[in-house]
Amino acid sequence: MIECKDIHINQGNFSLSNFHFKAKNGAYVVIMGKTGCGKTTVLEAICGLRKIASGEVWLNDNEISKWTPAEREIGYVPQDGALFNTMTVAQNIGFALKIRKWEANKIEERVNELADTFGIKYLLERQAQDLSGGEKQRIALARALSFYPDVLCLDEPLSALDEDTKEGMFELLTELKNNMKITVLHVTHSKIEAQKLADVVLFVSDGKIKELNPSEL
Amino acid sequence: MGVIAATYVLFLIVLILADLSYTSPSEILTALKSEEIQYSIKLSLISCTITMILSLIVAIPLGYFMARYDFPFKKWIDAILDIPIILPPLVIGLSLLILFNQTVLKDFFDFFGVSVSFTVASVIIAQFTVACAFAIRTMYVTFAQINNRQEQVALTLGCNQRQTFFYVLLPQAKNGILTAGALAWARALGEFGPLLVFSGSTRMHTEVLSVSVYLEITTGKIEAAVAVSLIMIVSGFSVLLLVRLFGYNKTIL
Repeated sequence: MIECKDIHINQGNFSLSNFHFKAKNGAYVVIMGKTGCGKTTVLEAICGLRKIASGEVWLNDNEISKWTPAEREIGYVPQDGALFNTMTVAQNIGFALKIRKWEANKIEERVNELADTFGIKYLLERQAQDLSGGEKQRIALARALSFYPDVLCLDEPLSALDEDTKEGMFELLTELKNNMKITVLHVTHSKIEAQKLADVVLFVSDGKIKELNPSEL
Repeated sequence: MGVIAATYVLFLIVLILADLSYTSPSEILTALKSEEIQYSIKLSLISCTITMILSLIVAIPLGYFMARYDFPFKKWIDAILDIPIILPPLVIGLSLLILFNQTVLKDFFDFFGVSVSFTVASVIIAQFTVACAFAIRTMYVTFAQINNRQEQVALTLGCNQRQTFFYVLLPQAKNGILTAGALAWARALGEFGPLLVFSGSTRMHTEVLSVSVYLEITTGKIEAAVAVSLIMIVSGFSVLLLVRLFGYNKTIL
């Protein structure tokens, strides 16, 4: 369960107030709104990458508002994937596990498991910077899931992809929703994505948030 | 536009060729065999390398700090960092001379029985003062060009700030570091004005290659001065070329 209680965020001229929502374990939450409305800011605040002026973020039974991003253990996939260009795909996927000092064989096992799931085994030895947009997103997703987070934050994961690649990622996210017990917060401005994937839609507008049923879109 | 660019490149090449035409391989060999020039080459190599290392030690964290953090008076600090780049070299030398001889620093070093001005240490300090500014500027631009999104992701993957810096940011800044180091080394090699004032031009003592050129000219040995100049051109050019061949990739240099 992840819950935001009356979060206020001030960032230059932009401010977001009374951001409040609660997502049950395993829920697929889509956060929507126009460009610049603060969707990404909310996601970054939940991940611990942006300070909140007031309010609380709860993860399961813990108030994590003051925790570092590392302590929160929330998976995060930004819009461009942000792969580590100086590393191979396998090193990217295994990075979080290396930081957690997993044994090399365990890391390899987990990397191979994720590579199978995401259909990227053939890319494992490639340098991250040489890949297509769709491949990068799959790897970024695998990397974010590598350490078994309870919550996964996706920031417009499909927006930069062409139609064919987008379709493949849709399937992957649907599989993620159906087969993995993970709470997903998915930021997008696409109604189609929200209708296809969301259990709950949070609509951000004018610094406020409104909860909608996907069928209401 | 192409003609203007080509003319400038040609001008630089002709500039070096003019030096070449003024000397001969035998004169260069004679210069290389001279005890003074050998000392000068050795001191230049040592002082430039120490300057390069010191510059990187300062430039990497400072460049990172400037590129990643906002703080009061940042623009002021930014401008201060460029002072050694825009200041006349003689003024830097004079300022160093005053700092190490007319302030509390003199008392500090005197207390330990150490003299700085007109010693080898002063050569390194003078080179460092200017070269470091170039290294800082290079690292500042390098870090500013790297999208901080990867650092943010690294934090969510379990890294602390230190791990993010060493595992994610620094490998990406590799070319910038190489460039900053090469620039600092080459800049140190070419330094003369601050050395003349702060270190003096004593043969076989504070004599680096740029000082050798000056000493040869003042004693009327123009051919020897040109020969030493060519050694400097080749050394500086080799370093810059090596960076481009093995590390250069869309960075600043």
